Amino acid sequence: MELICPAGTPAALRVAVDAGADAVYCGYADETNARNFPGLNFSRAEMREGVAYAHRRGAKVLVAVNTFPRAGAVGPWRRAVDDAVQAGADALILADIGLLDYAARTHPGQRLHVSVQAAAANPDSVRFYVEAFGVKRVVLPRVLTVAEIAAVARAVAPCETEVFVFGGLCVMAEGRCSLSSYATGQSPNMNGVCSPASHVAYRERADGLVSRLGGFTINTFGRGEAAGYPTLCKGRFRTGPATGYLFEDPVSLDAAALLPALREAGVAALKIEGRQRGRAYVEGVVRAFREALSALEEGRPFVSPGLLSLTEGQSTTQGAYRKAWR
Amino acid sequence: MSAAVGLTLGPVLFHWDAEAWRDFHFRIADEAPVDTVAVGEVVCSKRLPFLADHLPAVVGRLEAAGKRVLLSSLALVTQERERRWTAELASGSGPTMVEANDVSALAPLAGRPHAIGPFVNVYNEATAAWLAARGARRLCLPPELPAASIAAIAAAAPPGLAVEVFAFGRVPLAISARCYHARAHGLAKDNCRFVCARDPDGMTVDTLDGERFLAVNGLQTLSHGCANLIEDAPRLARMGVAALRLSPQRCDMVAVARTFRAVLDGRMEPAEGRAALARLYPAAPFVNGFLHGRPGAEYVAATAP
Repeated sequence: MELICPAGTPAALRVAVDAGADAVYCGYADETNARNFPGLNFSRAEMREGVAYAHRRGAKVLVAVNTFPRAGAVGPWRRAVDDAVQAGADALILADIGLLDYAARTHPGQRLHVSVQAAAANPDSVRFYVEAFGVKRVVLPRVLTVAEIAAVARAVAPCETEVFVFGGLCVMAEGRCSLSSYATGQSPNMNGVCSPASHVAYRERADGLVSRLGGFTINTFGRGEAAGYPTLCKGRFRTGPATGYLFEDPVSLDAAALLPALREAGVAALKIEGRQRGRAYVEGVVRAFREALSALEEGRPFVSPGLLSLTEGQSTTQGAYRKAWR
Repeated sequence: MSAAVGLTLGPVLFHWDAEAWRDFHFRIADEAPVDTVAVGEVVCSKRLPFLADHLPAVVGRLEAAGKRVLLSSLALVTQERERRWTAELASGSGPTMVEANDVSALAPLAGRPHAIGPFVNVYNEATAAWLAARGARRLCLPPELPAASIAAIAAAAPPGLAVEVFAFGRVPLAISARCYHARAHGLAKDNCRFVCARDPDGMTVDTLDGERFLAVNGLQTLSHGCANLIEDAPRLARMGVAALRLSPQRCDMVAVARTFRAVLDGRMEPAEGRAALARLYPAAPFVNGFLHGRPGAEYVAATAP
């Protein structure tokens, strides 16, 4: 299985390659990619240099152009596709049907992957992208169990499947969520951001700390309670029957223990989330998963990396892969 | 100018009692000034059997009343039975158009007239044109699109593609494989006891500071605020939008449709229409922020045309 690692900066790309990534994924510094955060991502020159660095060391570079092009202004997205091809990207990660069509027609030899933002959650959707645009791989949304992943992988072969194994966890079907823009006006699909820091505020009150997003209280923390970032779907809310983490506890995904099952399922590539994270995160997580994968491939005793200290939340989950809630 | 704009009644997103669902559509057929009605379960496949019994009668009654009927497909398809259901619906050879709410329905529909629902991501004219070339005749845009995007897509829409905008009802914001109704009630999804039926207008979600925020409908999360584009309707008409979609809430939807029709026909001032809708649906404040490029939870008052 290939290990696909995040690179929010050229430095992170080099760290990931040196730590054992088979491929890194990254994007241009604008709203064409789904991690459009201040200070992140690549200029055109940096992308060319990054590709050269990775290729010299036998690693691949996958360029994400995975937001949805703005109506009446699709130019920047098409330029990102053209420039990534020009830079020597090994694959483009795309979500928008119109942009997939453009890339397939304009660059017929270019390898295309379907982004998780396209929410291809079943074999029929995957086959649609294969037949319409000749895609070679699909990144599966984090809503499937391992058994469902295995069924999809079998059904869509030779199209490859890639799954997230570590990092931030969307609990909603990716690419189909407007919660962030309902509160802030900024969305993953249109702006490449979710619950953006520009709309976050923390306020001290007599009873503790309040975290807000776009003016809505997302969580409150008592004295001494660790305060988390107010990602909307990880907040505490009140409903008739219950008050608490309505959608998901503030957990991160860690599917390291499932690597043998994912290999058995026929998964081609494992993806680590976190283009917004620093070099220490990238190096630590990539090295740990490289070691776990090597052990798995060589039949050595498999030890789960145990990366709790590198997660964003207070604890980890295997997410939908093991659906305790079904 | 605006007489050309049609009205579509969207599919009931909530888990209504099956007889109430049937009777609701019978009344729509008899009384509501809507041209098009989308029917079918969009949110949760576990609810499908309840509607299936009544679906033929509802479709028949609506079509007999001269309505164009769209058969809506599921928005999230992960399980085998959901795949089968979607494939059967999309492969059917009947005269009634299918409205695809997931990409998995697109392949079997290719080459035949069909509709694209608001749960398929169409953010630009290139995607709209691609879908139209494959047989899409109607396209309800995702609710988060701003006016500039709607205008660009409508202006570039190929002949024969009717562009529709989500104009009334709680705004669908997210879909998940996980059931938040079951979770809130401490139940597993497979043993959910259909607790979502207790909230036929959505389960209110408040912030910890007591502010109304969202509404949960099983796997779906909607806004607490009710979309209302009635004051924006004249502008949408000028953009070339072909229809406005009214999404059923627990209120007099016949009267809601009549109010929109009156404003579109110039028989009622938009502000008056808004006041009438506030009386018809007092359960939630109105929102239209997405259309104005603002946070979706806001309401931006119309400026003089």
